[in-house]
This record gives sequence, structure tokens and C-alpha cells, in this order.
Amino acid sequence: MTVGLGHYLTLAAIVFLMSIELILLAVNINLVAFSSFLGDLVGQIYALLVLTVAAAEAAIGLAILVAYFRNRGSIAVEDVNLMKG
Amino acid sequence: MIIPSIFFYLFAGVCIAAAFMVVAARNPVHSVLFLILAFVNAAGLFILLGAEFLAMILVIVYVGAVAVLFLFVVMMLDVDFAQLRQGFLQYLPIGAFLGIVLLTELVLVVGAWAIQGPVQQAIASPTPPIVQVPNTEALGHVLYTRYIYFFQAAGVVLLVAMIGAIVLTLRHKPNVRRQNIAAQVERTKATAVEIVKVRPGQGLP
Repeated sequence: MTVGLGHYLTLAAIVFLMSIELILLAVNINLVAFSSFLGDLVGQIYALLVLTVAAAEAAIGLAILVAYFRNRGSIAVEDVNLMKG
Repeated sequence: MIIPSIFFYLFAGVCIAAAFMVVAARNPVHSVLFLILAFVNAAGLFILLGAEFLAMILVIVYVGAVAVLFLFVVMMLDVDFAQLRQGFLQYLPIGAFLGIVLLTELVLVVGAWAIQGPVQQAIASPTPPIVQVPNTEALGHVLYTRYIYFFQAAGVVLLVAMIGAIVLTLRHKPNVRRQNIAAQVERTKATAVEIVKVRPGQGLP
């Protein structure tokens, strides 16, 4: 199924990355809340791992963004269609 | 017990408002600053929940590193963001619909939620009392014993991310003169020094 969003996604990709960070922060809050109310420390360990992956993802995403901007001079999502079939 | 409630609602409200402003702000620099505000408030929530170590890690890692990384990239990429944000509100209905669906699911789940007996028995590593063992120490006791392989895997993930980011963004400029260590080591007395006999009054040819 195709969601008809493609033709007006003109946002900057960096806002997408920030939104992903917010989503992972929400996951972390959820994990820590359950860890606290159930009295189980493993939730906090898992939150730590999620934090690590989120930081790595932000670094890689921003690096891809910088490389793309150097090549194309734009980070609008609608321009990222080189691999479109 | 009224003070923690006041702080919970303060942190939670500011966090949600800041998260909304991340998406809604016109200027991406403002977006990053609102992201930092959301992270700081989440750290406050973590402290209220008794997870001080994670709160401090959140402040150090996110506010100190990731958000500043975003700020650098936003300021480095000279993009006309005002032009990019046009048509932003066009897919607000779809986003609002998804949000309402998720909220309904959450309400349905929480409405039927209760901690049953088997959950209490299935706790892997119970939190020790905070007066005996501080949060950081308890976390270390668990993390460095039972979950040491996950800890190592997290380190590998960070290493791969670091190398990947460097490989993606490293650029060799053609006109920069660099140190060639092999050529330096290869130098011998024969190739480097030349003895020239200079006769008086004649100079060098």
C-alpha cells in the first residue's frame, strides 16, 4: 500500500532525525518508568542500550546528511530519489 | 507528597510542549534548542523516578553531544529552511489521526493494566533499596556482571558508528601538503646529504 505523502514531503531531513531522537527518548521514558514501578533494574539497562543506539544513529544519520549535502547541495527529502525504482 | 507531583507535572508538561515545538518551530536552530529542553526535562523525570545515573547520562550524552552535533550540522549546512517548511501543515490531519489512534490504544491498554503475580515473580534483578545501594552502584552491579556482553556490544556499536561517521565525512583536499612518513623513514645519508667542495674565489656553478 502506498501512502500518498510523497509529493509534498518537502521537510528538511534533519527534522526527521530530531523526531527519531524524540521517539527514542519516549521509549526510554517508558522503559525507566516501568523499571521504577516494577522494581526491576533491567529496564534501566535496556534504556542505556537504547540511548547508545540512539546516539550512534544520530551520528551516522548526520554524517550521511552532510555527505549528501556536499554532493547535491540540498537536504530536502523530495530530492533524495536517486535510488527510486 | 505534593512536591513530587508538582514537579512531575511541570517536567512532563514542559517536555511535551518542547517536543511539539521541535516539530512546529520555523527555525531549525530553535528546533534543536527545544530538543535540548525536552531532553533536560526528561532527565528531570528520570530523577523523579529514581534513575539518577540515566538522568545524568541523558544530560551529558544528549545535551552535551548529540544536540550540539545537531546544532553544528544545522549551522554548517546553509539551507534555506523557510522554503523547506512550506506545506508543513498539509499532512497534519494524517499525523493527528495516527496520534489519536496511538492514544486510544494507550488508553485501552492502561485501562486494563494491573501488575499481576507472575510479573512480580519474573523480575530479573530487583532494585535494591536506595538507602543501601545508590542507583549508579546498583546499575553497575547488574551491568558489569549479568549484562556484560550487552555492554560490550554497545561499545562495538559506538565504535562502528564513529568509524562510519568519519569515513562518510572525511575529505582529502588535493592542495594540502601532508606529512609522508614513509618517505621520511626512507631517507638515508646518501640521498639526503651532498658534500660539495667549494674552491675559494670561484663559488658554486
